[in-house]
Amino acid sequence: MKREDLELIVALCRNRAGLKIDIEKTYLIESRLAPLARRDGFGSIPDMIAALRDKREDKLAWAIVEAMTLNETAFYRDPEVFSFLTAEALPHLARRRAPTAAPLRVWSAGCATGQELYSLAMQIDAVRGALGGVQVELYGSDLSERCMEKAQTGLYTQFEVQRGLPIRQLVDYFEKQEEMWLMSPRIRQMARWRRINLLADLTPLGQFDMILCRNVVSQMDETSKVRVLEGLAPRLAPDGLLILGAQEIAATSAEPYLPLAGRPGLYSRNPAYRAAA
Amino acid sequence: MERVGALRTCLIVDDSRVIRKVARRILEDLDFEIAEAADGMEALAWCRAAMPDVILLDWNMPVMTGIDFLRQLRKEPGGGEPRVVFCTVENSVENIRAALDAGASEYIMKPFDGDIIEAKFAQAGLL
Repeated sequence: MKREDLELIVALCRNRAGLKIDIEKTYLIESRLAPLARRDGFGSIPDMIAALRDKREDKLAWAIVEAMTLNETAFYRDPEVFSFLTAEALPHLARRRAPTAAPLRVWSAGCATGQELYSLAMQIDAVRGALGGVQVELYGSDLSERCMEKAQTGLYTQFEVQRGLPIRQLVDYFEKQEEMWLMSPRIRQMARWRRINLLADLTPLGQFDMILCRNVVSQMDETSKVRVLEGLAPRLAPDGLLILGAQEIAATSAEPYLPLAGRPGLYSRNPAYRAAA
Repeated sequence: MERVGALRTCLIVDDSRVIRKVARRILEDLDFEIAEAADGMEALAWCRAAMPDVILLDWNMPVMTGIDFLRQLRKEPGGGEPRVVFCTVENSVENIRAALDAGASEYIMKPFDGDIIEAKFAQAGLL
């Protein structure tokens, strides 16, 4: 790829999604763009970029940004997080919401192909009794329309269901369809999916008791990371929980969150920040 | 099967020499001491001599199938102890349920790689 094409891709990803792409990693960029170029019928990556320059099609621009996003996910990635959420955090929040009969709202932001939210849905299905009848609404979002389509169908490959999903849950919650595995309708109905750019205005989404945004901001440049974390803070209920990847740090200049002691990646809202906002 | 230090033992039961070799390499990297058997009967002989900690078990084998081996194993003195992880091309829901009912801890559908074995052994509490 020519340097000017690489620069265009890096700028496109940064401006549209806050993605941090290392321009020196030519091979990585090409390996992510090549399947898209083939899929959309271009003879080569330079042909696709030439079309982007000529036509300035919004659809193609977003397809390129989506292709450059790392959609790495798995069922029960970091299983101890799920154990904590279902054994402690969700029952605790359910007790607090019980007097008002308000549902618990959980958002998996940047959820790629949906395994994280489905993992949580299966756990909630198993411990429903511990939630004292409080309903849980599950929302999944990603920048990628294709990821959202896959999450919505709930259809996963054998390789995908073997990464993190206990075999007992596979046979209890999935149906085999030829070489693929389909999530049961009962679990699929628990989740709603929508394409969302975390850099956009998130106010219309309302508030959530739990926001999972794991291994998302680590893909972003520093400015976008701060913007996303500050944008998520008002979306989190005052007693809600933000869950980042274990290695991700929520510290921003405004410090909207406080870390939970002994729980790497877990944060509550900072009351001081809320007052200031 | 001789125990060395704190190493845990894994008996790989598969009629394919290639599969046994691949699985051995992966499991040795996960610090298991390995023994191999080519069918269920040979595996039973190993277990009667010294029960392994884990058994990685194929389904379709000559002489005695994996599921018949597992059912027999659970009747043997001390045969309830080893954790059994199936590793097979038999990937129907019925087969998987039968394996779980017979006392399998986990189930790997072939083809597999090191990441899948590691993930499944971790889920079964073996790592």
